[in-house]
Amino acid sequence: MPDAVAHRFQIGDRVKVREAYPIGHVRTPYYVRGKRGVIERVCGAFPNPEELAYAREGRPAQPLYRVRFLQRELWTDYAGQPVDVVEVEIYQHWLEAEGPQP
Amino acid sequence: MSHDQDHDHAHVHRFPPRPDQDDTLTYYRAMETAVRELLIDKGVITADDVRRQVEDMDGRNAGRGAKMVARAWLDLAYKQRMLANGSKAAEEIGLDVGPLKLVVVENTSSVHNVIVCTLCSCYPRMLLGLPPDWYKSRNYRSRMVREPRAVLAEFGTVIPPDVAIRVHDSTADMRYLVVPKRPTGTENWSEAELARLVTRDSMIGVALANEV
Repeated sequence: MPDAVAHRFQIGDRVKVREAYPIGHVRTPYYVRGKRGVIERVCGAFPNPEELAYAREGRPAQPLYRVRFLQRELWTDYAGQPVDVVEVEIYQHWLEAEGPQP
Repeated sequence: MSHDQDHDHAHVHRFPPRPDQDDTLTYYRAMETAVRELLIDKGVITADDVRRQVEDMDGRNAGRGAKMVARAWLDLAYKQRMLANGSKAAEEIGLDVGPLKLVVVENTSSVHNVIVCTLCSCYPRMLLGLPPDWYKSRNYRSRMVREPRAVLAEFGTVIPPDVAIRVHDSTADMRYLVVPKRPTGTENWSEAELARLVTRDSMIGVALANEV
């Protein structure tokens, strides 16, 4: 088994967070599930916390990204400025490739 | 019983002892005590090791982060290395951050950064010390990603509409430090003088650096 899963995404890639609600220890916040964003940076690969939480090894390690979301993508009634963003760390197995902006 | 002893006794009752806040033996508290005592009994660690770690943790404070920020204000090349790799930049000036993966973000005339951990309370303790209670509150954690401008205003930090708010949710393995904007009127200041303007809250992003 390889030590780490290969990276699928690069800086600037458009991604969508899986809209899934598994039970257990998950480090993908509810408010970004199903939302679209852009890869801000690649952080490296880390043992999967969903496995670590149950005393397993978390291998192979999962690539971790920082994903930038427009606030208006996350909250349709966002009251701040259109340029405001949230950046969240998300593991690769929670991300799907998203086509170019229509 | 002498008169003096009567007096002392009455005096004590005017200020009844307040119960300790940690006097309830919860499940996890009992487990921590059991594991710690076992490790000490078996010679894996000593009670002094535990005490020393607690002392070290309590001794960490925002002065470490402030030193990095002041250096970055003075040395553009250092700032660029810090933005590229925060952990290495901390080690470069002798700050041991352990396995911490540090991401440093910079406030500018067009972007204001602020840090939150919506899932728990991840915080760069190695550089800022123990987190303030409000950082761990549900109020801060849930609202900072939802209405950051309103929350910042409650801290007394009003961000102009033409400055973008960039909220960093510390959900996984990274920890964050904000480099606030350098206050005006600090030309020719030394690193130590500048560091005194860099508060804990300004490095979380809920405040600006102190003005001169």
